[in-house]
Amino acid sequence: MRIYRLYYVYATVILVGLLYIFRLFQVQVIDDKYALIAEKISLRKQTVYPQRGLIFDRNDKLLVYNDPVYDLMISVPIKLKGIDTLSFCQLLEIDKKKFDQHLFKAKQRSYRGKSVFKKNISNVTYARILERLYQFKGFFFEIRQDRNYKFNSSAHLLGYLGEVNKQDLETQKEGYYEQGDFIGKKGVEQYYENQLRGVKGERYFYVDRSGVNKGSYKDGKLDNEPIDGQNISLSIDIDLQQYGEKLLNRKMGSVVAIEPKTGEILSLISSPFYNPANFNIQNRGKFYSRAIQDPTKPIFNRAVSAPYPPGSTFKPLMALVGLEDGAIKATSHFNCAGQYRLGKRIIKCHFHPSNTSLKQSIASSCNTYYCNIFKNMMQASKYNSSENAYASWRSYLTSFGLGSKLGIDIPGEYKGWLRESAYYDKMHGKGRWNYARIISLSFGQGELGLTPIQIANAASIIANQGYYYTPHVIKKIEGMKSIPQKYLVKNFTKVSQSNFAPVIRGMQEVTISGTASHVAIDNINIAGKTGTVQNPHGKNHSAYMAFAPIEDPKIAIAVVVEESGYGASWAAPIAHLMIEKYLMPDTMKESSRPFLEKQMMDSDLIPYKYKSKIDKSLYGN
Amino acid sequence: METKSRIDILALLLFLLIAVIGLASVYSATSNQGVFSLFEGRSGKQLMWLSASIFFGVIIFLLNANFFEVFSMYFYILFMLLLVLVLVIGVDINGARSWIKIGSFSLQPSEFAKYGTSFAVAAIISRIGFSFQNKNDIIKLATITLIPMGLIVIQGDMGSALVFLSFIPVFYIEGLTPAIILLGIFMIAVFVLTLVFSSLYFSISASILWFVFYAFTYTNKKLLIPGLSIMGLAIIFSMSVQFLFDNVLKDHQQKRIQVTLNLIEDDMGAGYNVNQSKIAIGSGGLVGKGFLNGSHTKGNFIPEQETDFIFCTIGEEGGWILSSITIALYIAFILRLFYLSSRAKKKYKRIFISSLASIIFFHILVNVGMTIGIMPVIGIPLPLVSYGGSSILAFGLFIFTALKMDATRDQDLESVFS
Repeated sequence: MRIYRLYYVYATVILVGLLYIFRLFQVQVIDDKYALIAEKISLRKQTVYPQRGLIFDRNDKLLVYNDPVYDLMISVPIKLKGIDTLSFCQLLEIDKKKFDQHLFKAKQRSYRGKSVFKKNISNVTYARILERLYQFKGFFFEIRQDRNYKFNSSAHLLGYLGEVNKQDLETQKEGYYEQGDFIGKKGVEQYYENQLRGVKGERYFYVDRSGVNKGSYKDGKLDNEPIDGQNISLSIDIDLQQYGEKLLNRKMGSVVAIEPKTGEILSLISSPFYNPANFNIQNRGKFYSRAIQDPTKPIFNRAVSAPYPPGSTFKPLMALVGLEDGAIKATSHFNCAGQYRLGKRIIKCHFHPSNTSLKQSIASSCNTYYCNIFKNMMQASKYNSSENAYASWRSYLTSFGLGSKLGIDIPGEYKGWLRESAYYDKMHGKGRWNYARIISLSFGQGELGLTPIQIANAASIIANQGYYYTPHVIKKIEGMKSIPQKYLVKNFTKVSQSNFAPVIRGMQEVTISGTASHVAIDNINIAGKTGTVQNPHGKNHSAYMAFAPIEDPKIAIAVVVEESGYGASWAAPIAHLMIEKYLMPDTMKESSRPFLEKQMMDSDLIPYKYKSKIDKSLYGN
Repeated sequence: METKSRIDILALLLFLLIAVIGLASVYSATSNQGVFSLFEGRSGKQLMWLSASIFFGVIIFLLNANFFEVFSMYFYILFMLLLVLVLVIGVDINGARSWIKIGSFSLQPSEFAKYGTSFAVAAIISRIGFSFQNKNDIIKLATITLIPMGLIVIQGDMGSALVFLSFIPVFYIEGLTPAIILLGIFMIAVFVLTLVFSSLYFSISASILWFVFYAFTYTNKKLLIPGLSIMGLAIIFSMSVQFLFDNVLKDHQQKRIQVTLNLIEDDMGAGYNVNQSKIAIGSGGLVGKGFLNGSHTKGNFIPEQETDFIFCTIGEEGGWILSSITIALYIAFILRLFYLSSRAKKKYKRIFISSLASIIFFHILVNVGMTIGIMPVIGIPLPLVSYGGSSILAFGLFIFTALKMDATRDQDLESVFS
């Protein structure tokens, strides 16, 4: 039986073989339909790129628009017969060697019948070649949209476009991107990529061997028109933004201003900055490598990514925590003899009238007062260990959005440093540390790091007396009823509203008689707090946080100027000028403090060690 | 009694001829991607893998003749462990988790699983007392083949899982009732009818058909029960096909089947590959466009043209002549292997060699059928021709193991139970 069954199998195998050979004879020899299609024409898909969404500021001023770039393409298989290579090279302004290099690369990169021959061809060259394109069979153009900018401003915030890389292609979910497509990298271009990009269209047509269009495929039934991207408006005030950039020019640092009532970011600056136009598709190649070699890190978005110890700007938060936790009362006074003694260790304070009140402690930035708050809290009998007391302290601060990402709509946000008690367990041993080990946290030094946006958000919380909206730069998305839901939710802190008033009074005193009184602005009540941040690598960082007007807060601001000195010398005046600029009525053209303004704008605070290595061309043009 | 190991020269020659056609095709298919010699790029790697296969082939020939039979189940377990391992540490390529990355190499255990399973199938059927009438034996055999199928389906590689259907002809030769093949044909018919007309219409027409049938034969009570149960089973099967098709198959798999059945036309989507592949092969004509001159394959119109769609290059550049020669070489190779299996004295060897022949046949049937549009697009390679290290090496090992078994047949005693 087995042998007979084997014969059936033999028969089947031979039958299938013959069947396939006959079928192939039919397809290959008898039927010339396929031969005709392949010999004369092949199908090609052309991608039609949509217009990317435009970007406006809060007052509907256009910031970012589209600018076409041209890619010279070549049909594959490549046939160069009958092409005058020499005049082609002349038109393109390349030599024969370069031509061969492009050709070699085009061969390697070919995809579905076409390949990029030369990218990013200028307007002029495009026009010149287009006129004689009929002479160069197989070459054709594809048009894509690059970005251009109305203002030399806001580079970090806006981000830029780049070609999709291997990782983008592999991790994408919907299979939208193809090699060579542009995608938003960094900034709002990246965060709102899905809204801005639109939907690509497609055209199908036949081409002959030389790549010449032989008419649309199936009368264009399969073609799709592209859908343009959605325009978006940012909450940024471009005038304020540019003003801030002038103030921060030739300094390393950051300014973040927020509207407390909504969480809208009015201004977000990281300095040194660069001209956004230098980072568009056409120019980035020239500038990128120079930018990353610059030691002042012009690409780095300090406003959302750089953690700084907050220094004394932390004291209002510390006072709020102390009041809420019962470590002090609004009426508490502490003696300060110019220093705080902790065994053999001495924490210096500076000269100010003693038996200090809460208000006085904020106005004159008394370290002793805050060491006492911290000690009282950490030794409170309701907590039976330093760990518990610390965990409670930490949980107040996390409710202010510290120690984690806020969830802003600018990529690259850093969570900052706010250690868990386990960190100190590891450092000192479990149960073997108390407030004395970590006392410097009480005045904003030690293992504490806040990004400028976190500091500005803290100012915003104090202005609102207890809550905040997650900061965001989006104001409006075309075609959508509202901005993302997460930016419309009030986040409450663990500190009750009644405890804010005494702290705000103290911050007001800062600008009346305290550390920032020398830069007060007439007719605007500002609540502020200076900070001078110890920096082991150079001069102190100058820091300031504030909000104004106190009666009806419209702007909360944080300023950090790296390696520049006291908080009162640089950060405070810059913040006050920004506040004035934003709040001043339209009738007023000039600052009320023109000399201060000029001094800020003209000062060069880039540390000497970096000066020789800075690339100034990044900012220009 | 010691006799010489003599390799079957005809089979070896066919193996080498097919491998050379493959090498040339891979070189041609990739020659527009910056590769300027046979020893570079993917054709270079193909050559390396073929050489590795021959190297391992020599080692296999140095082993003891009974080595494989003794360790059969261990091989099986080893390859099954690899299949499990790929689910744990594998990397996803094209939506299937089929590859294990070791440095710059990617290993595809599903290619080796066919080889491993053949050992176990041969060992079980050749056990003394095995019978296709015994329920336990059938269950054992089914389990052995369904484990790798299941694991490969979990990987997301439907095509490679279907290859295990190749064991059915082997079972048939060894005594499985042909009813199973009739059942298979019946199921395929129901499957196709369901997809063309939907399971609802199929069920209604099957019921009407049965009533008509019953009206003519109601006097014959004996036909009532079998008739009812056949109809019932067909309807249940049809409904489950509909359910599986709608809910289990991925969108692209559904479309591929629909395109093959001419239910939808989709030259830009699911049907793109097949349409372009037909254009490439069809334009080859009688003698082809010549080596390295295929304008359609050079235009990169066909995705996967050096792997699953390699037959396009053969068809376009070698025309009908080379396509036919290639198919003829494969058919000759398969027939020769079946012949080698039939002359084995040991049942174990017979089953192992016929498994190889049957697996190669399944690959040719599906792969070539797919490129000329008479089979749905199922991503399995053309043996020894498609680019892919795991496939080449697995088939190389498989073939040399089979040839070793044949070469030492004189040492075996005629099996009493065959």
